[in-house]
Amino acid sequence: MLHEKQQNSATTLSRRTFLKGLTGTAAGIGLSQIFNPALISAMAKGLETHPVLWIQGQGCTGCSVSLLNSVEPTIKKILLEIISLQYHPTVMASEGETALENMYRVAKEYKGKFSLAVEGSIPMAADGKYCISGEMNHKEITMLEMTKELGEMAGSVLAIGTCASYGGIPAAKGNITEAIGVQAFFKKFGIKTPVVNIPGCPPHPDWIVGSIAHLLAKGIPEVDENGRPMLFFGENIHENCPYLDYFDQDIFSETFTQKKGCRMDIGCKGPDVYADCFRRRWNNGMNWCVENAVCIGCVEPGFPDASSPFYEKA
Amino acid sequence: MSGCTQAVPVAAASTGNKIKVAIDPVTRIEGHLKVEVEVSDGKVVNARCFGGMFRGFENILKGRDPRDASQIVQRICGVCPTAHATASSLALDDAFKVKLTDNGRITRNLIFGANYLQSHILHFYHLAALDYVNGPDAAPFIPRYKKNDIRVDKATNEVGVGQYLEALEVRKICHEMVALFGGRMPHVQGIVVGGTTEIPTREKLNTYAEKFKVVKKFIEEKYLPLVYLLAGPYGDLLKTGVGHKNLISFGVFPMDGTGKNNLLKAGVYTDGKDSELDPQLIKEYVKYSFFDDKTTGLHPSKGQTVPQHDKAGAYSFVKAPRYNGKPHEGGPLARMWMTNPELSATGQKALGVKKMRDIGNAAFSILGRHVARAEEALLVANAVEQWLNEVKPGVETYVPTPIPENAEGLGLTEAPRGALLHYIDIKDKVISNYQITSATIWNANPMDDMGQRGPIEQALIGVPVADVENPVNVGRLIRSFDP
Repeated sequence: MLHEKQQNSATTLSRRTFLKGLTGTAAGIGLSQIFNPALISAMAKGLETHPVLWIQGQGCTGCSVSLLNSVEPTIKKILLEIISLQYHPTVMASEGETALENMYRVAKEYKGKFSLAVEGSIPMAADGKYCISGEMNHKEITMLEMTKELGEMAGSVLAIGTCASYGGIPAAKGNITEAIGVQAFFKKFGIKTPVVNIPGCPPHPDWIVGSIAHLLAKGIPEVDENGRPMLFFGENIHENCPYLDYFDQDIFSETFTQKKGCRMDIGCKGPDVYADCFRRRWNNGMNWCVENAVCIGCVEPGFPDASSPFYEKA
Repeated sequence: MSGCTQAVPVAAASTGNKIKVAIDPVTRIEGHLKVEVEVSDGKVVNARCFGGMFRGFENILKGRDPRDASQIVQRICGVCPTAHATASSLALDDAFKVKLTDNGRITRNLIFGANYLQSHILHFYHLAALDYVNGPDAAPFIPRYKKNDIRVDKATNEVGVGQYLEALEVRKICHEMVALFGGRMPHVQGIVVGGTTEIPTREKLNTYAEKFKVVKKFIEEKYLPLVYLLAGPYGDLLKTGVGHKNLISFGVFPMDGTGKNNLLKAGVYTDGKDSELDPQLIKEYVKYSFFDDKTTGLHPSKGQTVPQHDKAGAYSFVKAPRYNGKPHEGGPLARMWMTNPELSATGQKALGVKKMRDIGNAAFSILGRHVARAEEALLVANAVEQWLNEVKPGVETYVPTPIPENAEGLGLTEAPRGALLHYIDIKDKVISNYQITSATIWNANPMDDMGQRGPIEQALIGVPVADVENPVNVGRLIRSFDP
């Protein structure tokens, strides 16, 4: 963690702009306010003591790809200045044992201090054989083993995406791999390391970056009953929807391309969903799911089964 | 494991000095992959690809509303969700017997095309390039292999790293283009059975066009020249990684409403001969895969997904698809070979040839696959320009159609990394069977029941590994397929 002095100065300098940036006030707002130069410099010093190890289970890499879409700060700045990303299967230069040796070295050296980011769910069936995450000394390492070992050693865990948070698609009805998310996994093994869920299929890059920034600068953020930061997941989609007036006037879209109406009749699950997509929008403010079609509730613990069928009224 | 010894060339096996090298995880790819090679006299003589992850999408899809499929299947791959959305929607279009409007077809192309550009740029710079240039001396760019065989001079290395960082921005812009009509990216809302969910407005089309300019300029002025520049110091990589030399393409980007005329052509190239694609000749084998042997040799429409994680002799969760009984490679090389367009001016100058097939044997190589991918990026970019001229603002893109009581549908398209097949069987208005033969399955598969290696396994044969402690060319070969 940051030294106390650095942490205080970073906190004082940024407190107002920090919260403003995280909660946002305008459509498509970025996180630039969090990353003022003073905070970045404080974090850069923190880098030496607070590395991030990012491991992948049953996932699609979509969360990582979404993180690449971060607008402010850019992913370039994140990689070079903000996060010391010591292990990430999709991004890092190294491979095989070279990569794993480095990961375990960092985990031991920064035991109780490093953050573990988990992307994808953890399959429990067949002793974890449905997901092999690497091999050391001619022995396979399952995602189950890797999450257990690193989870116990980490200072904090970020469950990135709905799969890592709650099981997600691999845990949907019909699955045989008994996929679960990190918190459920920790409960099974009595692991006490704090977990912050950043759900979304995928999560918005601001949700990932903002949560990591909060963790680095101010510690664990306040979370709701589903373990999600209130800053991003505290507001209801429907109640804040730009098309709420249509709902109030009983005007409903009958097909996808009829945009003058509330999308509830064509399947929108906004009333059951808590996230700030309506304000933050996606991909540099270009669009969001309800403007384009409907909300399928991808940030909720029950996704996908709770919101399926996606295109029928709830 | 049983079966592997018979695949080892007799001469090499008899020398008895083979060294086994395993890489797990193979990084800078999408998903979980282990590779094991046997090296003899400085060359790979045997290779096996282990697909180490199973989720069971086919089983999860059973019993659901057919329209949910295009959302669920996108979660197979966060790099190419638009490809799965497209294949799924084509399968549903077929089952629902719905004909798209021209504007619906073109808008799908604009969404999917933008992600093609994103995927190729991401692949070359952020997945492959660190095999050819050294990144900054900090995590995640270190550690590296001790001897990582980087042969570019300092100035070229700086150009490469500079473009790596610039490409982070360019690929993000591509995703912004996807999101304009797709809703968001990854995992679009916009591609559905019957067309797309949002009618393009003049304003959004202008935004798309503005962003596209930056991307096209980058492809022409940075991406293509850098790929050809690497052919200098890494010229030997145009001579290794040949593989089976069999190619398959399902075709992608319909240019009119017939469904037959694609920008990138469908076709099959086997043992030096061209033939028309006949999807009936596709079968999936599982002798070396963790699936029930009773399910081997089936056409995807009869396909079953019955995993057996402890099956003796098996080494991968990937099935082995074969066309007419033979392994075939998919991806940009296959599509560009079928289409055989004129190369870019940069390419013609660098290689001294005019068209794709004029490259000849050198196309079937580690760098040849990168050349095909970069040239394809330009071809798709040129088509995006055409679609921007053809698309009509304010004109309907969606045809509402009820779910059929009972129906079958086949969706064939091309993910950026290869041929992609989705099959749906609907009974009583819900999914009774859904089968996916995804792009990387064509390339990264294990041996089949007949003892033939998968395309990446075969392409590894003969790849030079001078130093088994630093097997850089193995990673280079695998990543040339963009698995």
